[in-house]
Amino acid sequence: MADHAVTTDHPPQLRHHFDDMHQQFDSATFGMWVFLLTEIMFFGGMFGAYTVYRSMYPDAFAATSNFMNPAFGAANTAVLIVSSLTMALAVRAAHLGQQKVLQIMLVLTMIFGTAFLVIKGFEYHEHWEQMKVPLIAGHWSWDGPLAPPQYAHQAQILFCFYFFMTGFHAIHMVVGLGIMTTILLMARKGSFGPTYYTPVEVSGLYWHFVDIVWIFLFPLLYLIGHTKNLI
Amino acid sequence: MSTALQEPQTETVNYLNAEYGWKSWLFTTDHKRIAVLYLISISVMFALGGVFAGLIRTELLTPEGDLFNSDTYNKVFTMHGVVMIFFFLIPSIPATFGNFLVPMMIGAKDLAFPRINLLSWYIYIAGALFALAAIVMGGVDTGWTFYTPFSTTYSNTFVITAAVGVFIAGFSSILTGLNFIVTVHKMRAPGMTWGRLPLFVWANYATALIQVLGTPVVAITLALVGLERAFHIGIFDPAIGGDPILFQHMFWFYSHPAVYIMILPGMGVISELVTCFSRKGVFGYSFIAGSSLGIAIIGFLVWGHHMFVTGMSMYAGLYFSLLTMFVAVPSAIKVFNWTATMFRGSISYETPMLYAFGFIGLFTIGGLTGLFLGTLGMDVHLTDTYFVVAHFHYVMVGGMVLAYMGALHFWWPKITGRLYPDGWGKFSALLVFVGFNLTFFPQFILGYMGQPRRYHAYAPEFQVLNVMSTAGASVLGVGFLIPLIYLLWSLRYGKPAGNNPWGAKGLEWTTQSPPTTFNFDETPIVTEEAYAYAKHEETHVG
Repeated sequence: MADHAVTTDHPPQLRHHFDDMHQQFDSATFGMWVFLLTEIMFFGGMFGAYTVYRSMYPDAFAATSNFMNPAFGAANTAVLIVSSLTMALAVRAAHLGQQKVLQIMLVLTMIFGTAFLVIKGFEYHEHWEQMKVPLIAGHWSWDGPLAPPQYAHQAQILFCFYFFMTGFHAIHMVVGLGIMTTILLMARKGSFGPTYYTPVEVSGLYWHFVDIVWIFLFPLLYLIGHTKNLI
Repeated sequence: MSTALQEPQTETVNYLNAEYGWKSWLFTTDHKRIAVLYLISISVMFALGGVFAGLIRTELLTPEGDLFNSDTYNKVFTMHGVVMIFFFLIPSIPATFGNFLVPMMIGAKDLAFPRINLLSWYIYIAGALFALAAIVMGGVDTGWTFYTPFSTTYSNTFVITAAVGVFIAGFSSILTGLNFIVTVHKMRAPGMTWGRLPLFVWANYATALIQVLGTPVVAITLALVGLERAFHIGIFDPAIGGDPILFQHMFWFYSHPAVYIMILPGMGVISELVTCFSRKGVFGYSFIAGSSLGIAIIGFLVWGHHMFVTGMSMYAGLYFSLLTMFVAVPSAIKVFNWTATMFRGSISYETPMLYAFGFIGLFTIGGLTGLFLGTLGMDVHLTDTYFVVAHFHYVMVGGMVLAYMGALHFWWPKITGRLYPDGWGKFSALLVFVGFNLTFFPQFILGYMGQPRRYHAYAPEFQVLNVMSTAGASVLGVGFLIPLIYLLWSLRYGKPAGNNPWGAKGLEWTTQSPPTTFNFDETPIVTEEAYAYAKHEETHVG
């Protein structure tokens, strides 16, 4: 995460070891890009392992897709894309010094982010009801017409990846909401304006990244091989 | 405010005496103080890892497994590996000397993100506490590689605790790397172009790329191991459809580049030492700088050479073997260029230079035996023997630890403002060199003759060489203890060092010793190449 400046030097937000605000802004955004590179490798490890198993057991993985609910997934995709729009508008408002718009956009972003988590919660609950949680003893079963018995073990592995990947993504959403809360509190104090909006910009980068991860998760986990009443 | 050119005084304000009290250390954002915090922490871990090494060598003094039973021995070598690799070697030079020197060498007041720098130290401490907890509770016996399915299904030790420690410590490494990359890009002083960066900075930059790109993958791998161990879904369990080889691919995708995290900063140190004590500009600056990046990039493509005998595809083996040969090229470029730098230089033999000599020789042996192991057919014979153990200790101890010791002796006057007794320094450098070779050279022979690694007992005919190895380890231990004593002694009784005791080039030597909190009173303006030692000597070479 970028180093948000709260010091008392000459321009109030300029930290002592930078020459000017421009250098500070550049460093913070560049730092966030490098951090996102790390995040890409972090999720990349998961996507890589997922891909290996998907190519080892294509039929089994296709069968498990039938237990995913694309309606939830599609709704969440829409929610996140809209939240990215409001985030982008928040950055613009901060840049232009529109304090009221900035706060509204931040609140909207947080509402959409929370909506995503709520929908995800309903979805996890559905898996729980359908006994598709391999991590918890007594909440896993693999039978019925959509569950060919020869795929029992492989299906567990896929569901494990499903929870692992969406779970890490959800953790990133929670962290994002925490960051947004901080930014909102700073915005209410009028911290941001045309000369200083680095924290908004940098948090925006993070927020968009988390959205993009979901854009990849949705087709991989929900859509590939889905045969049952696709929307 | 005094200028940097004044004679050394004992009572100047510097980063060490600017503030007092434990709070001024634990809440500092000064990169130099954080470097000192790291220096102390990793020294403790090095000592701990050294104790485990001593236990291993004591057990191997005799062919019978008499000191430990095999289970205990498994834990001892595992904890030696975990502590040394994740808590000493990986942070060693970047987190201490890199932290201290990268901002100073490029003329900056601090790293780009000072608070993140402090955070990385706290994360390191948290990771180390988990590792220590795993040791105290009873240890881990999987080997530092955490191979599945043993680590996920069969081991009855504290795998998750240790893995959590490594997982956490990884993030301190990522944050250090992130800080270095941004600092080198954005914080350079006027005139400090990329072509003028000291080679130590280049090496740390290349290291930072690996830290940022590789470490997250091992984090996710260890998370999967923890998940599998806790819930037994079968991700890495072949009995229910999992793929244990996938674990090895993911593990080595990080852990092979990680050996370059360990060696690249050491190579950067050697570039500084060789030029300073040869009084000569470096030979082939751009090749040494570029070879650091080359090692970092090719290093990401060779991980499969750890897995030739695991059942990986033969064609993948051919590919990994070929690329392993390629990674030798930039490493050789460095060795040749250091040698060429010394050619017709006015070499002097201060303690740091002795370590540099040791590094070049031992790294060359370590690197070349790496090619033996990278050769497919040869590797089948040598896999999991003491040849492998000797090889990576030649690179890690003969290379990295010697570079670390060289760096410690080179920049100690800058860090503390004190000189250490050079005679003792030379003596202990010699002890380290002799002790090291006596410890590990016999292991090449043992491995070639077939003694497998990771066993607490061995065939009686191997005893002579094992006794030599244990004797060497004792000498090596003394060689590391002596510097501990005289360096601590020098803190109080050492002579004031002055700004530039070695007459070295580089911005860090233009400041007072120890430097002030903000390093430079005025941002320096760089007007010359790195290593602008007596240029006239080069012009008529050849």
